[in-house]
Amino acid sequence: MISCKNISKKYKKVQALSDISFEVKPGEIFGLIGPDGAGKTTLFRILTTLILADEGVASVDGLDVVNDYKLIRERVGYMPGRFSLYQDLSVEENLNFFATVFNTTVEENYELVRDIYQQIEPFKTRKAGKLSGGMKQKLALSCALIHKPTVLFLDEPTTGVDPVSRKEFWGMLKNLQQQGITILVSTPYMDEASLCDRIALIQKGRLLTIDSPGKIADGFKKTLLSVSAENMSLLLTDLRTIPEVENCYAFGDSHHITLKNRTSRYEQEHSDSKGKKDNEIEFIINDLKVTLEAKNHLNIIIKEIKPGIEDCFMELSKNNL
Amino acid sequence: MTLKYLLEKEFLQIKRNKFMPRMIFILPFVALALFPLVANFEVKNINLAVVDNDHSSFSARLIQKTASSGYFHLTRTTADYQTALHHIEQDDADVILEIAPGFEKNLMNYQPAEVLISTNTVNGMKGGLSSMYLSGIISDFSAEIRAKHLQINSILKANSLEIIPRYDYNPHLEYKYTMVPAILMMMLAMLSGFLPALNIVGEKEKGTIEQLNVTPVSKFTLILSKLIPYWVIGFIVLTICFLVAWMFYGMISAGGYLQIYLFAAVFVLAFSGLGLVISNYANTVQQAMFMMFFFVITFIFLSGLYTPVSSMPGWTQTLSRISPLRYMVEVLRFIFLKGSNFFDLKWHFAALCGFAVLFNGWAVLSYRKTN
Repeated sequence: MISCKNISKKYKKVQALSDISFEVKPGEIFGLIGPDGAGKTTLFRILTTLILADEGVASVDGLDVVNDYKLIRERVGYMPGRFSLYQDLSVEENLNFFATVFNTTVEENYELVRDIYQQIEPFKTRKAGKLSGGMKQKLALSCALIHKPTVLFLDEPTTGVDPVSRKEFWGMLKNLQQQGITILVSTPYMDEASLCDRIALIQKGRLLTIDSPGKIADGFKKTLLSVSAENMSLLLTDLRTIPEVENCYAFGDSHHITLKNRTSRYEQEHSDSKGKKDNEIEFIINDLKVTLEAKNHLNIIIKEIKPGIEDCFMELSKNNL
Repeated sequence: MTLKYLLEKEFLQIKRNKFMPRMIFILPFVALALFPLVANFEVKNINLAVVDNDHSSFSARLIQKTASSGYFHLTRTTADYQTALHHIEQDDADVILEIAPGFEKNLMNYQPAEVLISTNTVNGMKGGLSSMYLSGIISDFSAEIRAKHLQINSILKANSLEIIPRYDYNPHLEYKYTMVPAILMMMLAMLSGFLPALNIVGEKEKGTIEQLNVTPVSKFTLILSKLIPYWVIGFIVLTICFLVAWMFYGMISAGGYLQIYLFAAVFVLAFSGLGLVISNYANTVQQAMFMMFFFVITFIFLSGLYTPVSSMPGWTQTLSRISPLRYMVEVLRFIFLKGSNFFDLKWHFAALCGFAVLFNGWAVLSYRKTN
């Protein structure tokens, strides 16, 4: 449905995208996950025919983004990251306006937007600028859908939206998917990755990996530990000085660490026994606890955790410097 | 078809805007009611300091005549020139009139009588004009004296020549009659140039243009939807200006109003086109404001609105041809004051059409959906 081959784009000195290639299958929710400045918006703007790539070819719904841009504009829905409807027009006027510029009417495609639009319909005479963040987002989605697009481009739709609305929004996307719309969505929130069918991790204009969220998490082969103690910032610096610690990142209320040569010392001391993996991890945890206690840390909690997309991202982005 | 909806949206937004509709009415109204009165190059209320060293009846009559001319205020009478000069330095006086001792005696004895005029020319125009007025009064006075008191005037009179000027199209040399048409065009240029530029750049800043760019609306339609509203506004502004000119100054065009509207239609199109070109290059409202300001100011000064084109240096006279305002100001002055008809001004019309095509063509070509 969407295909990119070797897309590159440079803004004067900044290489925004380099050699991006991926495919989005029909009816899929494809997530483009990466931090701010990774090049997500640039990629969206190329695919929605707003800017031209320096190199590479891209197509949307089988149409080339350069030659068939007019046809593409008729059949894609685009919701830019920034709210870009007319703030001085009412909810109703905005929806009507975007329906008419696509030569259609609200009535004609009401079915598609009904579930979403009904939630904001009580406020239909209110100016778009006076809506709350969540309602603005619903209106923007309605406007992007009103001409019944085959592909929907959502650029950071949940940025700046409260957690409840975010959850609701992803529910709406699932419904749209069932109606056969292909969705390309970008987000800086790693926790939203698992809601996509497939994701591409992007950083500094390069794709790190493309796969389903589950498979990406499975690809994380190292043992991951979460460590917390009373003085978290000191803990971070101390963890980084321990030679066995390979990587250490602050993750909200705990630090996630991976270890290098995790089996070496355990095997030296238990060279005779072929102990279970659990024992081995327990040994490592105890070992680490002792080291940290020696550095005067209190209330140390260390446990093994399952890697999330963010851990995979951190691990993969290390190789992309 | 799409154009209709785009236009509906534009007008709805203009109507919604609390500021714009008021501005469209107030700006031309205030400009035309106020500017012609203040942008007046007639010099009045000149402060005069007199040093009378003669103290004769003639010197007193000269002072009397000067003070009652309507141009001068006799603010100081001093004993010597130094004190009078001090008053100029203090800005209490603008001109010194010093009457030499023996003024009356010399006049009576057919000797040249001496009078000194000393002017503060910090403001060159005011200084020049006030000394001109004063010397006019003095020569008038001397002619009077000679006619009344000296009997030899009968011989002289035969040789003297009197010039009676006749001022065509503006018989009383009223400055406002020259300024009203010019200010009218200035308002039209400002509004029709600034508004579309700020509108498009505003949409750029708010990001709404991006949403519009992914729709099938063609750039030609989009530009047309931005031009037409300001075209209509241009006509409204022009009509307000005509009403103000009639109500405040009793000015009615000597030529046909329809002709003026025809010229104005092309002129507004040209200036809106310029606004659109600028909006394509500016990324923020601030940038657009300054760019537009630069062009409007340049065009106004090159247009001969304040100072006649013919008195500019040669190269700027040539340069003034690139100012659409020059043609329009001329057109309006000619039609309004002189009653010229379309055929007298066909080259002006051609020039304005040229500007309209140039700017709008440029606007369409430079409107890229890519960057």
